[in-house]
Amino acid sequence: MAKKGDWVRIHRVVLKAEERTAKLPEDTKACDLEMWTKGTLLADAEIGDEVEIETIVGRREKGELVEVGPYYTHSYGVFVPEIIEIDKQLRKIMKGGDK
Amino acid sequence: MALAKDYASVMGRSNEIQKKALGLDYAGYESGSIAFDYEALMKDTGYTLEEISRIQGRTAVGNTPLIELRNLAALSRKYAKPGYGARIFAKDEAANASGSFKARRAACAVAHAKKLGYKGVIAATSGNYGAAVASQAAMQGLDCIIVQECYDSHQIGQPEIVEKARKCEAYGAEVIQLTVGPELFYTFLSVLEDTGYFNASLYSPFGIAGVETLGYEIAMQCRELVGKDPEMVVCTNAGGGMITGTARGLQKAGAVGTKMVAASIDLTGLSMASDKQFNLKSCTTGHTGFGVPYATDPDHSDVPRSAARPLRYMDRYVTVKQGEVMYMTEALANLEGIERGPAGNTALAAAFSLAQELPEDAVIVISETEYTGAGKHIQPQLAFAREHGIDIHFGNPAQEDKPGENVILPADPGMIKAEDADLNRFRESLIRKAVKKAGGVTPTEADLKFLAEETKTDIAFVKNTLEKLGL
Repeated sequence: MAKKGDWVRIHRVVLKAEERTAKLPEDTKACDLEMWTKGTLLADAEIGDEVEIETIVGRREKGELVEVGPYYTHSYGVFVPEIIEIDKQLRKIMKGGDK
Repeated sequence: MALAKDYASVMGRSNEIQKKALGLDYAGYESGSIAFDYEALMKDTGYTLEEISRIQGRTAVGNTPLIELRNLAALSRKYAKPGYGARIFAKDEAANASGSFKARRAACAVAHAKKLGYKGVIAATSGNYGAAVASQAAMQGLDCIIVQECYDSHQIGQPEIVEKARKCEAYGAEVIQLTVGPELFYTFLSVLEDTGYFNASLYSPFGIAGVETLGYEIAMQCRELVGKDPEMVVCTNAGGGMITGTARGLQKAGAVGTKMVAASIDLTGLSMASDKQFNLKSCTTGHTGFGVPYATDPDHSDVPRSAARPLRYMDRYVTVKQGEVMYMTEALANLEGIERGPAGNTALAAAFSLAQELPEDAVIVISETEYTGAGKHIQPQLAFAREHGIDIHFGNPAQEDKPGENVILPADPGMIKAEDADLNRFRESLIRKAVKKAGGVTPTEADLKFLAEETKTDIAFVKNTLEKLGL
């Protein structure tokens, strides 16, 4: 249950696949053009409901409620061993004196 | 009566919406044939270099350090013949508010919007420019919306793009995120129309004039530090604004002998509009997927005539591989103690190789660095690539690189090689597209002169090309 006033994320299909007329590769043509944005929920709702929000600049936008309290999870990623190999190689070339 | 907001109706009002959203009517610059008056468009921004410098100075933009990369130059010399291996300098554009050179473009666009009385600004970009517009809008007190192509159809986005969305929001902007496809322009126009905001296009004359200070500063700083103009300036190339503005600034400083080199990451074979291939590239800008189409057809952007016209200023166009840029990014951190974002290091990877063609006392400047952070860093980018089935291993990039299938890290730094693209082929392509766009008209004398300027060639080259193409 999301309350009026919660900061939420909504989703909307801008163009259905069959409505896409631009010059597109086949794989893209088979997909809907989808949109997400965030804002303040204007009335109590459940996830999946059609809702209206007011975005940070004051714009009204409608769409399906997909997330309450949206947050970022991107990071510095998992270990990539090759990066250590680059470090070791550079150290060897610059400090080891060989080419 | 409310206007119809379906795709065809909004796209049909494109010219009208754009005119209102830029406060600029491009019709006055058109000749009715192929040519248009580029210099008049640039001049009518109404800002001199000094005024732009003042605008930027008020908003923590410009006068960034020029850093000599002595250790990278020393490494490069190990692979050059005796007496060769130029000095390499980096313009540390990460020092701008918002963390990239794009702040220069945004500072001017937002100041202009404010002067004209717009309440807010909108930009369509997945890159550093969004953060730059958001940052400048925050400083100058305007609202800001960024429209971003962010996800594939499984709602998976490159960590680098997701980070840029976060940064825009941190500056108080609304970020509208979309799946892959050029119809982003429809959403962009629709929101422009509804809000009445200013189109802070990357390609407006205000934006490009903002980059001129970068070229000017490079000339001045080189004269002070090494007593001469640089032999070569290498610019990471995507939409062409960087090389256009930088070259114009260098010219305004009188640095006419400096060779301008554009550098892009080679993504040959990957479609930029493909949902499946969207996340198979390991860099989101600075690549040929933007660089080549914008060079050969500058006017397919979000303004009627782009102020970024890279082929007017390019002396060479080189490509490097994704793995080479990743390697150089790590080398920059390890050897120079400077951690900067990957895409902006495209020019650095190229410069590392190009330096080996020039004598030791020659000077190469790379025109930018950019900020780094979570998502916008080689580890998350390589981890993301591996997760999506991209084969990452050490090898010879020149022989093994296949965009979308692998990222080949050079087994030895000596393998990092800037490859020359065929600039004349791009020039011919520009001429062909320009004539076609004008409806296949017979070029006038003014058109021939225009096309020669557009391609940094001469009338004979243009005539030969037209003949060759049967136009």
